[in-house]
Amino acid sequence: MSALLEIRETSKAFGGVQAVTRVSLEAQTGEILSVIGPNGAGKTTVLNMISGFYHPDSGRIALEGRDVTDLAPSRIAELGIARTFQNIALFRGMTVLDNLMLGRHVHMKTGVLGAFAYWGFAQKEEVEHRKRVEDIIDFLRIQDLRRRPTGSLAYGLQKRVELGRALALDPKILLLDEPMGGCNHEEKEDMARFVLDVNEEWGVTVILIEHDMGVVMDISDRVAVLDMGQKIAEGTPDEVRANPRVIKAYLGETKTIATGGSRG
Amino acid sequence: MAETTLARLLQRNARDRRDRPAIREKDRGIWQTWTWSQYHDEVRAFALGLAALGFKRGERLSVIGDNRPRLYWAQVAAQCLGGVPVPVYQDSIAKELAFVWNHAECSVIVAEDQEQIDKVLTLRDQLPALRLVVYDDPRGMLQYKHDWLRSYQAVQELGRKFAAEHPGYFEAEVEKGKPEDVASICYTSGTTGSPKGVMLTHANAIAIADAFRKADDVRPEDDALAYLPMAWAGDAAYTLFLSLVVGFCANCPESPETVQRDLRELGPTTVLAPPRIWENMLTAVQVKAADAPALKRWVFERFRAAAERAEILRADGKPIPVGLRLACMIGDVLVYTPIRDQLGLRRAKWALTGGAPLGPDTFRFFRSIGVNLKQVYGSTETTGLVSLQPSAEANPTTAGRPCPGIEVKIAERGEVLVRGPVIFKGYLKNEEATREVIDPDGWFHTGDAGFMDPRGHLVIIDRVKDVGALQDGTPFAPQFIENKLKYSPFVREAVAFGHERAFVTAMIAIDLNTVGNWAERRGIPYTSYMDLSQKPEVCELIREEIRKGNETLPESTRIRRFLLLTKDLEADDAEMTRTRKVRRRFVAEKYGSVVDAFYSGGHAVELAATITYEDGRQATMKSRVRVEDVEATVVARV
Repeated sequence: MSALLEIRETSKAFGGVQAVTRVSLEAQTGEILSVIGPNGAGKTTVLNMISGFYHPDSGRIALEGRDVTDLAPSRIAELGIARTFQNIALFRGMTVLDNLMLGRHVHMKTGVLGAFAYWGFAQKEEVEHRKRVEDIIDFLRIQDLRRRPTGSLAYGLQKRVELGRALALDPKILLLDEPMGGCNHEEKEDMARFVLDVNEEWGVTVILIEHDMGVVMDISDRVAVLDMGQKIAEGTPDEVRANPRVIKAYLGETKTIATGGSRG
Repeated sequence: MAETTLARLLQRNARDRRDRPAIREKDRGIWQTWTWSQYHDEVRAFALGLAALGFKRGERLSVIGDNRPRLYWAQVAAQCLGGVPVPVYQDSIAKELAFVWNHAECSVIVAEDQEQIDKVLTLRDQLPALRLVVYDDPRGMLQYKHDWLRSYQAVQELGRKFAAEHPGYFEAEVEKGKPEDVASICYTSGTTGSPKGVMLTHANAIAIADAFRKADDVRPEDDALAYLPMAWAGDAAYTLFLSLVVGFCANCPESPETVQRDLRELGPTTVLAPPRIWENMLTAVQVKAADAPALKRWVFERFRAAAERAEILRADGKPIPVGLRLACMIGDVLVYTPIRDQLGLRRAKWALTGGAPLGPDTFRFFRSIGVNLKQVYGSTETTGLVSLQPSAEANPTTAGRPCPGIEVKIAERGEVLVRGPVIFKGYLKNEEATREVIDPDGWFHTGDAGFMDPRGHLVIIDRVKDVGALQDGTPFAPQFIENKLKYSPFVREAVAFGHERAFVTAMIAIDLNTVGNWAERRGIPYTSYMDLSQKPEVCELIREEIRKGNETLPESTRIRRFLLLTKDLEADDAEMTRTRKVRRRFVAEKYGSVVDAFYSGGHAVELAATITYEDGRQATMKSRVRVEDVEATVVARV
């Protein structure tokens, strides 16, 4: 089976800082792949290269065999890669519903004029998309928040809405940049549950960056470890946990990584 | 009435009210409707699915989850097959659930979603009678593969196949039903000991609906919101029994968090709500008014005052001056109707409050803006109803007139006794307890102390066993005193002590929302409930509230000392029942050190509060809490 997403030997430097060095990754259809590593390891840079925010200095990225390395972020979104951000990126003044409807934007065909008239096709299309958005609202259990401005929501809920906004794209691949960062224990459990459900029920492939080791080891099919911009290990959670290089990168000495607790 | 069981009533409704709405559910943001004939078909398919899986007469089926049409249908399906539904509180902790499911020997559990299924899964080894678990919402259930676990739809599929192979099976089973069969087992949370399973028969269910229909206006065109816990007898009586008998439409909200919004969209014609909901609504109105521009606020305050003056006169039976009447008419257009509309009460013909007393100010507010709010009194053992206030005689102090067909008398020690067709069949597997509460003449001993007022209204004071006396012999009814405190929006719970003591004292749990708001507006910083409850400013606030309450109490039963608890009283900690009644004996024991401090003149006490989380884990918080005197003067040392 060929990989859904293939990242080959990508490198990226910012001025004199080599953020990512010849990193290769493959995401198979239907899996949850986690990318972990200490702060500054280059995880977010990899995500930014996949979603087209950065273009790699060298190396290629292919989606379903098609080269997407130099495409603009909007094109990549249209091809089915959705993402969330480490620092929530929502329209704070708009309602949850509007934010999610906006997530459907790439699928909408009505032009500005048609939307003004809001009749016939435009209306029908709006109803179609609203249906999909309602499925997501139901899925994320945020029925009570439809009309609330996102800026007024608690942090954990904003994270959930952001996931919803990404899901509204109907993505093949979901890139999640620290979806549990800054969340309390309960919010983390909820989010982990949502990620699993998205993966299992909707068949969405997930690439996850996360600091909470307990969550990563629990829900990932495979884990890749970055350190200083290089991939130092890849494998199942158990393999990675036992890998001496990983332990060294994380702790600087020989200990095993806790399975349940979170890394500070 | 020819139809003597709920199952036959369902058939009648499917025949006579085919295309009238029977139940709605808000899903994906839209109200979805099922007519009575669809309701019937859904129930039939599920019932036959159960039959195909070997469900026999007398078997017990439990439901757990929010108010969902499918969970109601599952209950009716069990009734149609001669089985017995056992609804349980979804927020119960595992130990309580295990007790009920084992005690009732439930063989089938129908759960709303994965969250509830997980609870069943963790308990499954302790439930020998359980052989089938059904889930409504398939979300997240993909990985759950067990031969005893099925989706609601799969069971209905089986039922449709079974129907083709066994024509007439369902109808024959319905035919076998008798009025004296048990129609539902509601577990009373019980302020003492383990919960008891109250067996309510089909005859009870139909009797309660008849009594209610005679006492108040309820029609097939009515809309009701089904949002109170299904395990509570009141919801069974209202959403299942009354809806089946009368044929009105029950509406299930989208989620517990959206109830207020759904209420507004729906505008039900009949509303049933516990005091807490009325208090929350009033608070919401007050907060909105306080945030409104000056002119609006002025208009609101003026007309609100006018309405309350008029309401006081009306309640006293005095004439209302022409000027005031005119003011109220204008107010109705400018203020009262818009507020009723915002609260979703515009179409409500009547609104009932019960289960606990509602503060007179709150009560008066709703009546003054034109909501026909009335008190109702009942218990699980009386199928949820004993007495009800007629619309013209509503007031905040009584429990209303006994409903037609229900006899009420006051026994010695003031205990309220009830007799009639609404009295339950007995406690499940506990004949001794049944004999204790139903005497040979058929009177049910409610355990409530009360009296009949001159108008013929029942007035409830307290639980008989809680009524005691101070050292000087003054009667002491703790609940009566606690209610005076709980009328304050800042007090969430209160527990009064005083039996065989020299004076009355109280432990108070503040209301985190209102006190928190109050503190924020005054710029008082706080981190947690514990922190907030021990702020000196909060202490002064509550002291003032206690003084207000004391003014309405006789001198000897006034509260002299109090303490602010560092956590709310919780059902999870066994301090309250699931319907939020204080488990007095347990609390007195648990907080023994506080009681000692109250009466030994101590000024501080070590509190070790054990907190039980929803998953059953426990944690202990230790803190040193001040004991306060209400008045600065030194209290008598005992």
